[in-house]
Amino acid sequence: MHFFLCNIIRAFDTDNKVFKFLIMDIFQANNVVKEFVGHVALSSVSITVKEASVFGLLGPNGAGKTTLIRIINQITAPDSGELFFEGRPIRSEDIYQIGYLPEERGLYKKMKVGEQALYLAQLKGMSKRDALKSLKYWFEKFEIQAWWGKKVEELSKGMAQKVQFITTVIHQPKLLIFDEPFTGFDPINTNLIKNEILELKKNGTTIIFSTHNMSSVEEICDHIALINQSKKILDGQIDQVKEKFKTNTFEVIYRGDTPDMDNHLGANFKVLEHITSEHQKQMKVKFLNGNSNNELLKILMNQFEIVSFKEIIPSMNDVFIHVVEQNNLEIKL
Amino acid sequence: MNKSLLILKREYLTRVKKKSFIIMTLLFPLIMGGLTVLPTYLATMDDKEERTIAVYDPTSLILNKLESNQFTKFHYIPEQEYQGLKTDFKSGKYYAILYIPENIITTSRAEMISDKQITFDIKNLVTNRIENIIEGEKRKAVVDQTGVPDLEKKLAATKTSITVETIKLGEEGKAVKSSTEIAMAIGYVAGFLMYFFVLMYGLMVMRGVMEEKTNRIVEVIISSVKPFQLLFGKIVGIGLVGLTQISIWIILSIAIATGVGSFVGHGSHETIAQAQNIMATQGVDQIAAAAPAQTNATLEILHMIGSLNIPLIIFSMFFYFICGFILYASFYGAIGSAVDSDEDAQQLMMPVMMPLIFSIIILFAVAKNPEGPLAFWASIIPFTSPIIMVARIPFGVPAWQIILSMIVLLGSILGSIWMAGKIYRTGILMYGKKVNLKEIVKWLFYKN
Repeated sequence: MHFFLCNIIRAFDTDNKVFKFLIMDIFQANNVVKEFVGHVALSSVSITVKEASVFGLLGPNGAGKTTLIRIINQITAPDSGELFFEGRPIRSEDIYQIGYLPEERGLYKKMKVGEQALYLAQLKGMSKRDALKSLKYWFEKFEIQAWWGKKVEELSKGMAQKVQFITTVIHQPKLLIFDEPFTGFDPINTNLIKNEILELKKNGTTIIFSTHNMSSVEEICDHIALINQSKKILDGQIDQVKEKFKTNTFEVIYRGDTPDMDNHLGANFKVLEHITSEHQKQMKVKFLNGNSNNELLKILMNQFEIVSFKEIIPSMNDVFIHVVEQNNLEIKL
Repeated sequence: MNKSLLILKREYLTRVKKKSFIIMTLLFPLIMGGLTVLPTYLATMDDKEERTIAVYDPTSLILNKLESNQFTKFHYIPEQEYQGLKTDFKSGKYYAILYIPENIITTSRAEMISDKQITFDIKNLVTNRIENIIEGEKRKAVVDQTGVPDLEKKLAATKTSITVETIKLGEEGKAVKSSTEIAMAIGYVAGFLMYFFVLMYGLMVMRGVMEEKTNRIVEVIISSVKPFQLLFGKIVGIGLVGLTQISIWIILSIAIATGVGSFVGHGSHETIAQAQNIMATQGVDQIAAAAPAQTNATLEILHMIGSLNIPLIIFSMFFYFICGFILYASFYGAIGSAVDSDEDAQQLMMPVMMPLIFSIIILFAVAKNPEGPLAFWASIIPFTSPIIMVARIPFGVPAWQIILSMIVLLGSILGSIWMAGKIYRTGILMYGKKVNLKEIVKWLFYKN
């Protein structure tokens, strides 16, 4: 009901002014458990995916990401737990509102590109007419009309990936799931797909995005969940997550003589690293207790000319490695 | 179900549109027909060639007794000409020279000289005629020696040729002329066809499943349709390809058989006329009397084929193909889903191949004794019944056996489909793991 009302409001709200405040959860999983013979794939995992956002599903190989994705796609059923789509328990028809690009993906090699795209679109519930219209749009957009009558085996890997991307988004699903979408693409095509994903998001599509490529996570994800050894160990807005894992470390670049810092800084600060080269002098300073930035700056200002002063925010890569290693240690103990 | 229809359509059309399918479907009956027609055709072609054979007969035994016929003429030559021809064959324009040595009665040898390979037919013709003449001479000598009146006629009267007619009592107690040989031939052909189709199309399902798995397209598809719908659409689609092929073959074979039939019928009439001709020249009426029976042979075969229950044979072929195919295709589909490579598939295929191979092995024994316990059990057990029952039906099988066999088969299909669905669902997403039978059996009891 809530969702229905939201959609009405959305229809009138062309500038997305009101809608911003009405964003709801398009998908929700509560305490999902999946066990295979001999091992647990997911133990009580819960995630909430907000509408019109990009949700990064992260985790090392074998953590249980693919199992979770397959559960969302209703390829496998969970042993226990609840799944909600647009606020109500998920139904089998909802798969037509979902587009899925698996990590291990392929096409029928002997089939022609156009025929195959049409077939896959029809399997997603599109009528032949709508599918043809929509395919024409995407083929023109990607400038691949010439491939229509070609067999898939004649295409390069990157070309086939483009076709697969189109067949994933062709039926305008509300929820898109991409598992490692950038493998096999050159930088130009990676960028093309990245922009497509962002545009889909702008148009209100929700995207669940699973990858090991942390720089792309930082670029396009709004929210992440990190799964390790079948458990969710981290969840949150990407900036908040990074904020949470910052270590109160600052990078200072300065000019002038290098003073004996340990004496001047006192017990509240610690110099982690000091690099001096011909062109630049740089150090990393860590706060040991809750001092303010200005306090450090005051001390430093008296010593030399400051060129730049900035807080080091951990990259998602750092966060990933830190959190997973920490978690693995805890599990071992 | 709508989605299954879409899958079915793709499976069917991609296969039927393949060049190899079209060529195979159209060419196979043509080749088979051609193999039957061509030799007959060539044989009649040869017969029409006119040949003259020079005969040098110093014994005068067969002098003027070798009658020429329409295409083969005999021309008697004196010794002088014979010597001349021997040194310069080309000068005579003869096809061959027949030399009857003086001692032919004792050695039973004659010579035929030619610059080319003498055809089988001519050699046979000449041999037969000389044999008959010499035999006649010898008999005459014996008759003259013993002096028993009319001995020659009496001896000829002892010549017998017996035809045992097999008569099957029909349902209404009416005697129907049957032929064990023909039932056997049809049973054999039908059994082999079943084996061929079930195996070929069953393996096609397996290859289709493996293709989807190794191409990694299956995960995309089962995010739109249920795995069972995909397997179901595939099996039915490929089954329809098989039915299309069988139907085309049946129609084409009937067409070709009709064509060949009239052709062969025409040819055989000529041969029979020829045979009668020969016998007439020898004045052996008794043998000639057998000729009309021969003329009727083709007709009789047609009559006996007519006595078979053709609609039942065709119906059972379709029924057992559909059911046998589904039974085996579900097994092959399950295997295809469980493996990553052809080598792994080969290993798992063996247990499923065994009953099919076994059926072919016992097919001969069943055709020899279609009422025995082996035939009975093999036509009830669902793994062999698609082949064995179809092979038995031309001999006539009690209705209760056919019904029992069909019910058992239908029940087994339900079981095999259920099993295949379970295995398929698990196997299709299982990569990089070499599975064995034990593992697959475990999948049957997985929750999805």
